Amino acid sequence: MSDIKETTGLSRRQFLKGSGAAAAATALGTAAAPSAQAAQPPAAQQVPGMGPAGVKITLQVNGRKMSSTVEPRVTLLDALRNYLDVTGCKRVCDRGTCGACTVLLDNKPVYACSMLALEAQGKEIRTAESLVQGAKLDAVPAAFVRFDAQQCGFCTPGFVVAMKAVLEQNPKATPAEVEKGLAGNICRCGTYEQMRDAIYSLCNTKRG
Amino acid sequence: MKNFTYFRPTTPEQAVALLENRWGNTELLAGGTDLHDLQKEYVAQPARVVSLSGVNALAGITVDVKSVRIGANAKLADIANNAQLKRLFPSLTDAADQIGGPQIRNMGTLGGNLCQRNRCWYFRDEHTNCLLKTGQRCFALDGENKYHAIFSQGHRCVIVNPSTLAPALVALGASAVVQGPNARRTVELARFFRAPGANNEREHTLEANELVVEVTIPVGNLANASYEVRHKQAYDWPLVQAAVSFERGDGGVRNPRVVLGHVAPTPHVSEAAARSITGQGITEATAGAAGRAAAQDAKPLSQNAYKVKLVEVAVKRALLIAAGQKRYWEL
Repeated sequence: MSDIKETTGLSRRQFLKGSGAAAAATALGTAAAPSAQAAQPPAAQQVPGMGPAGVKITLQVNGRKMSSTVEPRVTLLDALRNYLDVTGCKRVCDRGTCGACTVLLDNKPVYACSMLALEAQGKEIRTAESLVQGAKLDAVPAAFVRFDAQQCGFCTPGFVVAMKAVLEQNPKATPAEVEKGLAGNICRCGTYEQMRDAIYSLCNTKRG
Repeated sequence: MKNFTYFRPTTPEQAVALLENRWGNTELLAGGTDLHDLQKEYVAQPARVVSLSGVNALAGITVDVKSVRIGANAKLADIANNAQLKRLFPSLTDAADQIGGPQIRNMGTLGGNLCQRNRCWYFRDEHTNCLLKTGQRCFALDGENKYHAIFSQGHRCVIVNPSTLAPALVALGASAVVQGPNARRTVELARFFRAPGANNEREHTLEANELVVEVTIPVGNLANASYEVRHKQAYDWPLVQAAVSFERGDGGVRNPRVVLGHVAPTPHVSEAAARSITGQGITEATAGAAGRAAAQDAKPLSQNAYKVKLVEVAVKRALLIAAGQKRYWEL
């Protein structure tokens, strides 16, 4: 389990982020100015618009407050990965069909790709990273390791988060109930049978 | 996704005041599962997005003796898991429970489910200029149409209405409370939907500056059920859905409603099926006859004749479930 330790030094991600900064700055400079608003009824005038330029946001991620400045169109997924460097949630379909971006929002699984970062403020966000405390793996990813319930592993962070949500809500969930909770996730490698082994193990553990 | 200005009003009146009297430049954002998809495909390119997440008046589910109120912001999961709703309206809770997966149900809302755009692949393709954009023709009419309408009644666009809650709600006699710029109005869900045929028309009859506040359902002694046929067990759109409701009396079924989903541009009310089952006891034979009656006026397109048989099966099974009969199709 030594492979879960953080590496130090300049990562590939940090390098790419640094080299992309200049291009991003250019793009920001050309962002359209807010369109002039026609005269509006009093009710609307009380509501200020945000953007289209960057807006300061604060998110509560895995127990930590994190801040950044994002355009309104930035999804929670892209804010986590590209602005806050929380990369457990993966961008695969980016259309709310594959489940790789699954995060817990106030303990409920949602697709981070289909939600604006602005809309996630004030909510408690948990990603797959929250399933490791120090060097100790949570029971769900530990079962994935034990039963080899992955092949390429790209879908795994979404699966473990979705599975964690079911077992948190109902520690006595049956394997069928856990499987229902995974209906919104897909594994293109097809490791479902090993996942079933992991699920049965987790349910038996819970049953004592 | 094209960038936009984001608004977060706190009352329905504020939200409506931010809307415009034409479609497209300003969009309402509820759960986001439909709107953001359309934005990423550049099918929707609003310059302004009005979020409903801060409008508390749209939240909550209230069950009274005479009626049930479900706020437009109620999540599909909240509807599916509500114990009182499960007891009164299993057609609605079953329909909600079968939409998407848990993530979709934790995000998607009642109002969004009713007002979402259709799933026609020509409409949702950025580069296809169909009737519902600025184009002159429907490409599904003589194109790839296996998931399209079999009851299109001469409509120029042959989408199916994408809402799975709508047939159940129409069968239960529900109404929507709609906030407009000056006042609120109530519209029966049976009159809420329309078949769109141009880029300034949506799948419903709301004006561009109106918004659904809540849906109310009268509480009666209605047997009800929804049954859908899909390719996959989960995370799939229904090919055909049947929602039914009726009163039970000594002389058999009274005041039945049979509403089909995913077979027409609007939820499709089958008068023929209702007539067929009125005054009858519900058996496999009478339910099957009602199913055949529901399918008799179907006019399938080149690739979706298979749906006609599915209508017969879905209506038959929905009636048997509502009557508490044995589900012969389950092992």
